Amino acid sequence: MLKIENLQARIEDKEILKGLNIEVKAGEVHAIMGPNGAGKSTMASVIAGKEEYEVTGGSIELNGEDISELAPEERAHAGVFLSFQYPVEIPGVTVTNFIKSSINESRKAQGLEELPAKDLLKKIREKSELLEIDRKFLSRSLNEGFSGGEKKRNEIFQMAMLEPKLAILDETDSGLDIDALRIVANGVNKLKSKDNAVIVITHYQRLLDYIVPDFVHVLHDGKIVKSGTKELALELEEKGYDWIKEELNA
Amino acid sequence: MSKYTEDDLKKELETQEYEYGFYTDIESETFPIGLNEDVIRAISKKKNEPEWMTEWRLDAFRIWEQMEEPEWANVRYEKPDFQAISYYSAPKKADPNKTLDDVDPELLEMYKKLGISVDEQKKLQGVAVDIVVDSVSVATTFKKTLAEKGIIFMPISEAIQEHPELVKKYMGTVVPKTDNFYAALNSAVFTDGSFCYIPKGVKCPMELSTYFRINEGGTGQFERTLLIADESSYVSYLEGCTAPARDENQLHAAVVELIALDDAEIKYSTVQNWFPGDKEGSGGVYNFVTKRGICETNAKISWTQVETGSAVTWKYPSCILKGNNSVGEFYSIAVTNNYQQADTGTKMIHIGKNTKSTIISKGISAGKSQNSYRGLVQINSRAANARNFSQCDSLLMGDQCGAHTFPYIEAKNSTAQVEHEATTSKIGEDQLFYCNQRGIDTEKAIALIVNGFSKDVLNKLPMEFAVEAQKLLEISLEGSVG
Repeated sequence: MLKIENLQARIEDKEILKGLNIEVKAGEVHAIMGPNGAGKSTMASVIAGKEEYEVTGGSIELNGEDISELAPEERAHAGVFLSFQYPVEIPGVTVTNFIKSSINESRKAQGLEELPAKDLLKKIREKSELLEIDRKFLSRSLNEGFSGGEKKRNEIFQMAMLEPKLAILDETDSGLDIDALRIVANGVNKLKSKDNAVIVITHYQRLLDYIVPDFVHVLHDGKIVKSGTKELALELEEKGYDWIKEELNA
Repeated sequence: MSKYTEDDLKKELETQEYEYGFYTDIESETFPIGLNEDVIRAISKKKNEPEWMTEWRLDAFRIWEQMEEPEWANVRYEKPDFQAISYYSAPKKADPNKTLDDVDPELLEMYKKLGISVDEQKKLQGVAVDIVVDSVSVATTFKKTLAEKGIIFMPISEAIQEHPELVKKYMGTVVPKTDNFYAALNSAVFTDGSFCYIPKGVKCPMELSTYFRINEGGTGQFERTLLIADESSYVSYLEGCTAPARDENQLHAAVVELIALDDAEIKYSTVQNWFPGDKEGSGGVYNFVTKRGICETNAKISWTQVETGSAVTWKYPSCILKGNNSVGEFYSIAVTNNYQQADTGTKMIHIGKNTKSTIISKGISAGKSQNSYRGLVQINSRAANARNFSQCDSLLMGDQCGAHTFPYIEAKNSTAQVEHEATTSKIGEDQLFYCNQRGIDTEKAIALIVNGFSKDVLNKLPMEFAVEAQKLLEISLEGSVG
């Protein structure tokens, strides 16, 4: 599904990713953990194609195709979805209207007709039930005045609507209380299939109790320095990151 | 597919000419340039006007001569040389008595390019159109349907002949000749425009619509619109403008007067798309407009405008809330791009008791443009329980444009309630990236964000206009973020 080799990226003059390697297969869930400033969010932004970041080396392949030169919307059309750590507000544009534009732009890129309103509404109904979203929520302006939990739930709702091949959840657990966390995690679990893959970026082990990863990677100083299974996350929770840094320096 | 960058987009748009920038070659009869009493007499004669009208014009001209062009607006431009303008230009072959078949085919072709249809389709859509090309109306449709209800809708030049009592009674009562420099000039030299009268208790069954258009190079356009809604009547009036591209600046100084008698309601909607000048800021229309309405008891006037065109805009559609319980509303979207400058807003003058006004202004600035909101809310001493709510929002694109807000509030009655809210925001890289990430390209994303920003005002427009306005917003802002 996703194959990143020796990825290097910087913002202005600051090197952030310094030779990152990762391979994610269809049907897998990978967790990326690491201390603040390790480059976790940068990794997510670079995969999604944020233009502030300059890719200075390496490759990003999605299903065998190099996507590192594509515009962000083209990557989205190819099936990349990023759940934002800080979703932006768009006043006056309802959640429904936004998701409609989003779906239809992707369909247009694939040479498909716009999704008929009837089908769109049906899909919205299904997915909002899945994520326990109040329908009134859908006619509010996108993220405007949303609580932290609502914003994250809205991200996962969009993910459910768009059915991406690769979903990257950037700190989706931050700002969530335990109930919201459970709802969001359940949503992600229900959307998981053998044909898609999920990368979960998180600070804490907590989310991984709900979304159980197949692999856990530690990102430090722009590189993946340790990979393992779920147990690694527990170890990190217990011991922090310092022992890894020491291991590296040894 | 290789990456399509914003630079590519910019380049593509730079070469894209103003969509309506064509010029139709019609043989015109044009007065020599310059303005003096003889020219005014000649205009009046050309129009077969009665003497009172000629005198009215001359009086306005003498007032205008004593006036100075105002400089307080937040706009900079080279002042027009009023002696270098021709004050009368009529398409030669126009004759209001002819049927559509007789109309110059080139004119009809021009309407087609503009997407204006002057045929039965309009009736099906419930729109009667009084089209003004340059200064003379060439086609008036559905006069008959309207006449059955006693509604008068005709070029003002005809109204002067056919309904002198109404014109005499109301013209200049809302915007007096002495009001301001451009209004005085218009009063002296106006050549055409629309006249509308809705009789007592009549609800106008269709949206009345006028398209104005400047065609002849170097001619000014001085439209005069007078709309009277008699007691308990209702009318919705649409005004839309497009103008072909010209190199020299063109002057447009219109006057619109609305009179809403007791319990009447007037809804006046404008989509203004005069040529804004090119991307270097050369050319474009100077739009200096005086629009004002007066509300008698329980009457309501609602102005809705979408201003995307003109190089310089100076325009404040206003309401005099004279009668008790009268209501004034102003909903505005003003878009400026490249080197456009707009100074626009409204005046709400509360005179009667329990009068209410609402102002919603949305300014969108892009490129190197300057966009100002200027509004006055005046509560007179006898206007007990007057209420006003104002909201002025500005949206900026890029870092070379400006948004300014000049709200004036004068409250002389302690029971008044005046609220003012203002916001300024910027279309951010983060917003665009968020949309991009969801598969929406930058151009679409801007359209989406701008439409969301403008929604409160777009919702106030009649359906068919809302669609047109939405399209205009997109066209006006293409390539504005880079």
